[in-house]
Amino acid sequence: MDPEYRFSHKHVLGLADLSSEDIQAVLQTAESFKEISARSIKKVPTLRGKTIINFFFEPSTRTRLSFEVAAKRMSADTFNISNSGSSTVKGETLIDTARNLAAMNPDCIILRHPRSGAARLLADHVDVSVINAGDGTHEHPSQGLLDLMTVRQAKGEIAGLKIAIIGDIAHSRVAHSNIIGFSKMGASVTVCGPATLIPPGIEALGAQVSRSVMEAVDGADVIMALRIQKERQQDPLFPSLREYAKFFGVSQKVVDAAKPEVIIMHPGPINRGVELDPKLADGRRSVILEQVTNGVAVRMALIYLIMGGD
Amino acid sequence: MVGRIHLKNGRVIDPANGIDQILDVLIEDGKISAVVQPDTLPEQPDGIVYDLQGKWVVPGLIDMHVHLREPGQEYKETIATGTRAAAAGGFTAVACMPNTKPVNDNQTVTVFIIAKAAEAGFARVYPVGAISSGSTGEHLAEFGELRQAGAVGVTDDGLPVGNSQLMRRALEYAGDHDLLVISHAEELSLSQSGAMNDGPLATRLGLRGIPHVAEEIMVYRDLALAEFTGRPIHIAHVSTRESLALIRRAKKKGVAVTAETAPHYFTLTEKAVDGYNTLAKMNPPLRTEADVAAILEALRDGTLDAIATDHAPHGELDKDMEFDLAANGIIGLETAVPLTLRLVRENRLDARRMVELLSVNPARILGVVGGTLSVGVPADIAVIDPEKKFVFTAESILSKSRNSPFLGWEMQGKAVLTIMDGKITWRQEGDFSS
Repeated sequence: MDPEYRFSHKHVLGLADLSSEDIQAVLQTAESFKEISARSIKKVPTLRGKTIINFFFEPSTRTRLSFEVAAKRMSADTFNISNSGSSTVKGETLIDTARNLAAMNPDCIILRHPRSGAARLLADHVDVSVINAGDGTHEHPSQGLLDLMTVRQAKGEIAGLKIAIIGDIAHSRVAHSNIIGFSKMGASVTVCGPATLIPPGIEALGAQVSRSVMEAVDGADVIMALRIQKERQQDPLFPSLREYAKFFGVSQKVVDAAKPEVIIMHPGPINRGVELDPKLADGRRSVILEQVTNGVAVRMALIYLIMGGD
Repeated sequence: MVGRIHLKNGRVIDPANGIDQILDVLIEDGKISAVVQPDTLPEQPDGIVYDLQGKWVVPGLIDMHVHLREPGQEYKETIATGTRAAAAGGFTAVACMPNTKPVNDNQTVTVFIIAKAAEAGFARVYPVGAISSGSTGEHLAEFGELRQAGAVGVTDDGLPVGNSQLMRRALEYAGDHDLLVISHAEELSLSQSGAMNDGPLATRLGLRGIPHVAEEIMVYRDLALAEFTGRPIHIAHVSTRESLALIRRAKKKGVAVTAETAPHYFTLTEKAVDGYNTLAKMNPPLRTEADVAAILEALRDGTLDAIATDHAPHGELDKDMEFDLAANGIIGLETAVPLTLRLVRENRLDARRMVELLSVNPARILGVVGGTLSVGVPADIAVIDPEKKFVFTAESILSKSRNSPFLGWEMQGKAVLTIMDGKITWRQEGDFSS
């Protein structure tokens, strides 16, 4: 990396805004932070006196907790606001709520929101760093970065790998960030799912589209299964979970079509037996819990870099 | 003030009479009393004289598709502020859509609108009633009384008529009362709660898309119903290439169809929403370059009959929010002339065609006065300075709302004088002296 390089983003709203050099910087920083979580005293004073607000409009246990653990391991003070407790329930707009939070002078707001573009809206209206913890079906950059970190650890190098992402591509912000991130780092990404779950122009983000799971995973180094949201069945996107599992679920047969050393990923939470065979989720190829561990390190890195660390 | 106004040396563009030349126009007692060669009128002892060298004198513009928001949402616009903005845009008449609160599905609301418009005095206002009571798509509104009260057409604009049988009956019954049926073409099960044009950009932004077929399927249905019933239909805010192909084909077959588009559909593409710009959020959504090219062609070849603005004022509260929750629509009355003149400067339209699209044809389609500078007609006139340059800013807007994706644009061409019924409703300050 260029010795002059500095991470110069005030916000992290999506991987689309980060260069491959920025991504390198986050991953390197995360690697160096990962060790902190392995110590018996899991806390460093790096961000003592800093204030971070976790602003979560959508239920999310793992992402919220991961950000909170990350912030606390660096001694930042964290505050959590969830939808049910926030003033938006009383009719306040997102911008007004954000302005009120900003008036309390936090150093960073971490936003999870069901609407695409909400993180950008916030960043445009408050003078505080914003980290997007998932906005609608747009992006989930910290998840994308932790996935990149996990693959890099397992494979040594991202460039040249074949990544197969299977499932609901249309409604998955994780898929969007992963397609952008992996292709920026030189991997090839193939997506596959029912045609109803493949959105138009996904190729423009850097993915190839495959019509069959077996073809998608052929020669793959990484298979990532995405969660099928059961509520999506209201909109006629696929006939049944049963049929989905049969034609698009990641089974042993699917894994056998990939490279022998393929790793299996899932952003969680898993519908066991729907998108992923339970044995595979817990098997030796699975790096799913590693993803969770790396999530803390990546989020530590993001918070640290955003606050001007280098 | 209704007196004598002498408009000297302007370029009179009056397609209805086949006129495009430098002439003088005299207005007396609210009517056009003479259109003659310059320097042939005797000196007037009283009244106003304007020297309009370099400016166009055209029949007052007629916007057949606006939302005035009164009654019900006066914080967005009132009939007074909306018609004042219309006058400043060169419009002498507007047709207002029925999606007020309450919906204009009855004579009481229609009468109220007309009374408010008369009180304001900035423009003729032609209420358009609802097709269905409450625009719920269930029962026909009382077309006869709406017509008696002064409505000129019916539509559930903002919403389609989902029930094909109801639309068929609306076409049949509107004919009895000489009301124009205006179609808001949208197949709701396809558009769902989409927020922008369906395609790669929507995918990248993570926004639910509205596919172009959502419009085209309904255009096709309504053209088929118009042909079947033998009644005329007007297709509002056409935004896609295939809709235009369908309309072109229907016209060729002799179906009584007319159609409008709005300046934003020939000026912008979906790219304007990138970055979640809610000021460019509208329904139908901004489309692609291929659609824009098709609209330009259709404006030239007559497939499109009118340019209407779909002036849709919204307060900041309605736009400053998450993109998919933000209100649809933009204001348009004060930008229609410069945006259309751009096409004239780029030789995509000629001046005569511009006047047809913005005045002659809307008058004909709605069956209302205007669209001509014939001697003896009410003096509804717009004077346009095609050279005038200005920056379109929030401060300059006369509409009560500021929701325009054109804020900050450098514009060229503007209405500098608007006369309705012989009365000056708008004069650009400092632009010319009497």
